[in-house]
Amino acid sequence: MIRLLFAIAGGILLGGIVHLVSVLALPRIASQDAYSRLTEIATLNAVTPLPPAEPANVLMPYMDPAFAVAICRYDLSDGSIKLTVPVSEAYTSVSFYTQSNVAYYAINDRSAGRKVIELNLMTEAQHAELPEEEDVTAADRLIIDSPSTTGLIVLKALAPEPGMMEQARSSLAAAKCRLQTEPPVVKPETKR
Amino acid sequence: MRLIIITLLGLGLATAVGLGATWITATRGTDLGTLTIGAWTARPRIGSAEIDPYSRAAIARSGELPIGAGDGLAFLAKADDAQRPLDGRCEVIIAGITPAARFWTLTLHDRKGYLVANSLQRHGFTSQEIVRNSDGSFAVHVAARARAGNWLPTGGIERYVLMLRLYDTPVGVGTRTRRDAPMPSVTTEKCS
Repeated sequence: MIRLLFAIAGGILLGGIVHLVSVLALPRIASQDAYSRLTEIATLNAVTPLPPAEPANVLMPYMDPAFAVAICRYDLSDGSIKLTVPVSEAYTSVSFYTQSNVAYYAINDRSAGRKVIELNLMTEAQHAELPEEEDVTAADRLIIDSPSTTGLIVLKALAPEPGMMEQARSSLAAAKCRLQTEPPVVKPETKR
Repeated sequence: MRLIIITLLGLGLATAVGLGATWITATRGTDLGTLTIGAWTARPRIGSAEIDPYSRAAIARSGELPIGAGDGLAFLAKADDAQRPLDGRCEVIIAGITPAARFWTLTLHDRKGYLVANSLQRHGFTSQEIVRNSDGSFAVHVAARARAGNWLPTGGIERYVLMLRLYDTPVGVGTRTRRDAPMPSVTTEKCS
């Protein structure tokens, strides 16, 4: 009898450990997460427009039908990414996700404060390699550190009315996501 | 022999308890770090690097991409103010005002997060489309049949959810109460 109680108590305790481990493991083993779903349709290091959100589109749940969306799946192992997104009339935002779908940074047109959202995405190691001086002179250049080598950039443009969807789509179509194999800023020859 | 049976029982219990708890938390979600105002629930940390492990597991399972914290915040309502599940055959009225935001959208999704087909091809409203009262408040009628004013069709499905997304908003981790974020009321009127 005591053995049975011991087994039940031990089982529940062990169950708690199983629970914690499986919750932490789930993001790694999930095959239907957003990153995996988008990997199939997105070209690497280029802007891919997503199909419009409508009932027949089951690409991802909870998509906002008022937005035109494009994604850039990146891989920083060969260099950094330069991203330029022209701002649409209503509202434009750029969000960054790691390959495990963690949104680590997001910016909108107003906080970018320009007609074009322009930024460089690099790993922390690549950022550290940047010549310090350049970093200072380019203070107004936005540099984002990616916590992972691969991930997703999601570009969104709002169509406040259905008739403005075309406009939002075309403004995203002009967005560019390019791999820069050379250092983002060319070092002056005089150095060293 | 008895020892083996008891050990197996304990291990079986551990598996059932552990994976069961994981399944429940990943499907239904937890109250960890949620912000509930009336019928609406948001997770201010879901769009940042401080996302909790339970939300990460839930996202990996559902396949959604959470809105980045610098972009906006999503409030979800599964039931009305009286805790009654939202029913597509009833008339539900969303009335009042929304928290400060540059734009917001109100969208109807099915329980899995996909859009619901309807003849009008209307899946939601943006803050710019909505017809307001003279004091700035609004009322949206969510019903299967056409209504005057802001009508959001349900397509007659039994269960649905409403998502109110605020874009470029001060509402977030620091928000606690209705005074900081006045959310519209959700009331079920007559059912057909």
